[in-house]
Amino acid sequence: MDKPATPNSFRTGPDEQGMFGIFGGRFVAETLMPLILDLERNWNEVKNDPDFKAELTDLSTHYAGRPSKLYFAEGLTRHLREVSSAKGLGGGAKVYFKREDLNHTGSHKINNCLGQILLAKRMGKKRIIAETGAGQHGVASATVAARFGFPCVVYMGATDVARQSPNVFRMKLLGAEVRPVTAGHGTLKDAMNEALRDWVTNVEDTYYLIGTAAGPHPYPELVRDFQSVIGSEARAQILEQEGRLPDTIIACVGGGSNAIGMFHPFLDDKEVRIIGIEAGGRGLDGIEHCASMNAGRPGVLHGNRTYLLQNSDGQIMDGHSISAGLDYPGVGPEHSWLRDSGRVEYVPILDDEALEAFKLTTRVEGIIPALESAHAIAHAVKIVPAMDKDQIVIVNLSGRGDKDVHTVASMLGMEI
Amino acid sequence: MATRIDRRMAKLKTEGRPALVTYFMGGDPDYDTSLSIMKALPAAGADIIELGMPFSDPMADGPAIQAAGLRALKGGQTLVKTLKMASEFRVGDNETPIVLMGYYNPIYIYGVDRFLKDAIASGIDGLIVVDLPPEMDEELCIPALKAGINFIRLATPTTDDKRLPKVLQNTSGFVYYVSMTGITGSALADTGKVAAAVKRIKGHTDLPVCVGFGVKTAEQARVIGANADGVVVGTAIVNAVANVLGPKGEKTADPAEAVATLVSGLAQGVRSARLAAAE
Repeated sequence: MDKPATPNSFRTGPDEQGMFGIFGGRFVAETLMPLILDLERNWNEVKNDPDFKAELTDLSTHYAGRPSKLYFAEGLTRHLREVSSAKGLGGGAKVYFKREDLNHTGSHKINNCLGQILLAKRMGKKRIIAETGAGQHGVASATVAARFGFPCVVYMGATDVARQSPNVFRMKLLGAEVRPVTAGHGTLKDAMNEALRDWVTNVEDTYYLIGTAAGPHPYPELVRDFQSVIGSEARAQILEQEGRLPDTIIACVGGGSNAIGMFHPFLDDKEVRIIGIEAGGRGLDGIEHCASMNAGRPGVLHGNRTYLLQNSDGQIMDGHSISAGLDYPGVGPEHSWLRDSGRVEYVPILDDEALEAFKLTTRVEGIIPALESAHAIAHAVKIVPAMDKDQIVIVNLSGRGDKDVHTVASMLGMEI
Repeated sequence: MATRIDRRMAKLKTEGRPALVTYFMGGDPDYDTSLSIMKALPAAGADIIELGMPFSDPMADGPAIQAAGLRALKGGQTLVKTLKMASEFRVGDNETPIVLMGYYNPIYIYGVDRFLKDAIASGIDGLIVVDLPPEMDEELCIPALKAGINFIRLATPTTDDKRLPKVLQNTSGFVYYVSMTGITGSALADTGKVAAAVKRIKGHTDLPVCVGFGVKTAEQARVIGANADGVVVGTAIVNAVANVLGPKGEKTADPAEAVATLVSGLAQGVRSARLAAAE
């Protein structure tokens, strides 16, 4: 595909039609169109409303625990410097973690859920629906629904319900109804289809709380803006702690909400190299991966045009990743645009590499990262030894890995 | 330029009865069976054929049509084969209008220009693409209209008077009124409300208005048809196919015959519609 001309700023999208270049848009059934336009009107009202901002900031501070810390990962830095020395390079950049794992509910998902629940409240909606894969977004949605007194229905693929039972239980404790989706193959994409079917049926009173920066406009913009608190904080924190911007920032990309939140405030800092990590699964040669931007092509699904894993007939494929949170055959449209424009590099990390990074971080930092975040760390492990000692890398630690201990145990052949 | 849809609708208007619009899934459960179903439709009383293009992720469809699409894909159906099915049908029938119905991605991947060219060559008269609202008209609607293919738009209970002109602006052939909010195959909405909605739409356009979503029986077809220019039946037809398939997908009876029996009954329903309304 031709590269679009380099814009003066990478931070102005989407346009009025909800497009980032050729990506994004509003590919939805007519029944939903008036709802999406209504959401856009309300979003445009609140996004510059000081009262809305004040309420969100207050909740982010006292309920979710923001700002999250920017932590100098000294143990990992030391380890990677040893690796560098052993290779005779004598380098190794300083690694920082943006600690989204310390947020309430254990991941970055709460940032988006707090913003959207306030929007739902303003719009006078009476009921919340959400989709979830690993259950992190489902838990965050059930949490804010409990906090604000909304009934909440979470759609979750039947396969995921079976393999993520602790999160299913958490959602139920929080008062949400978890509806297993058997349609299709019973994973995140099918859960999203079913949430859209619910929304198209219950148009009057229901707010669809999408968990990632994808879907029809204005969702990709709105979720990005709620998640941009990650990058805005990290940018200010590194300036305060190091007196300069980082050389490289890294985040994992499934739908891509933590990554776009981390990246967006840095997009116009041309000296900052930005890398998004896709799930390489068992390798890009086969079909067992979720690297839509490395191995897919543009198509239309779930309300937007974006890179998708699909066959030559335009049928969507099921991906694979060790991490349920990256197990989605698409990606947010702004990432697709950033890929084509060349501003952000997107590279795959394999299941095994993520697992190694998971174990390493646990041992040298005393931090159990989510398997999703472990993909981002794994790439740092690859590139940091070849960097100079005075360089700086920030990895977004998007969530904590307690939820993944069962998966990791079975990968390691252990029973717990 | 009048299409087969325009000519058929004009003819039915002089006959004073609504059209029976029948949806079936292309390639369900396999290509040959599906083609035999398509060929049986006109003789059974179908006035317009909606040929479903299967898609892996049919977001506006209920369980019956989802399952039909998966059966078709499992049976090897592709957009290439769906177009081939239409052209094979055209060999024996050059009058019955064919409308392709489905989702945008398979068309986008096929390539819009190539698709329109091949659709015309296959005898396709109209398109219903669920996930292309008027906001996305540049994608396919405008090119299709330029190519001489009708672009049939869905109007829904959420399409208010303010939005209706935008929805109708580039619509041609007929307007497909979705009788309720929800997915295909749900219960039929209040018929009084449907009649009022059809009247409301007719206040904005001279195009025929066909009503779908929830029509399953001859009696429902008669009642809905009394106040509309056409009645669309989909899920009931797809179910007629599913009902003669065993647990492993084997045929327990002839699907084409099962569909023909159902459609004959529905055709009697629409044929008595205006008679009943006049009483």
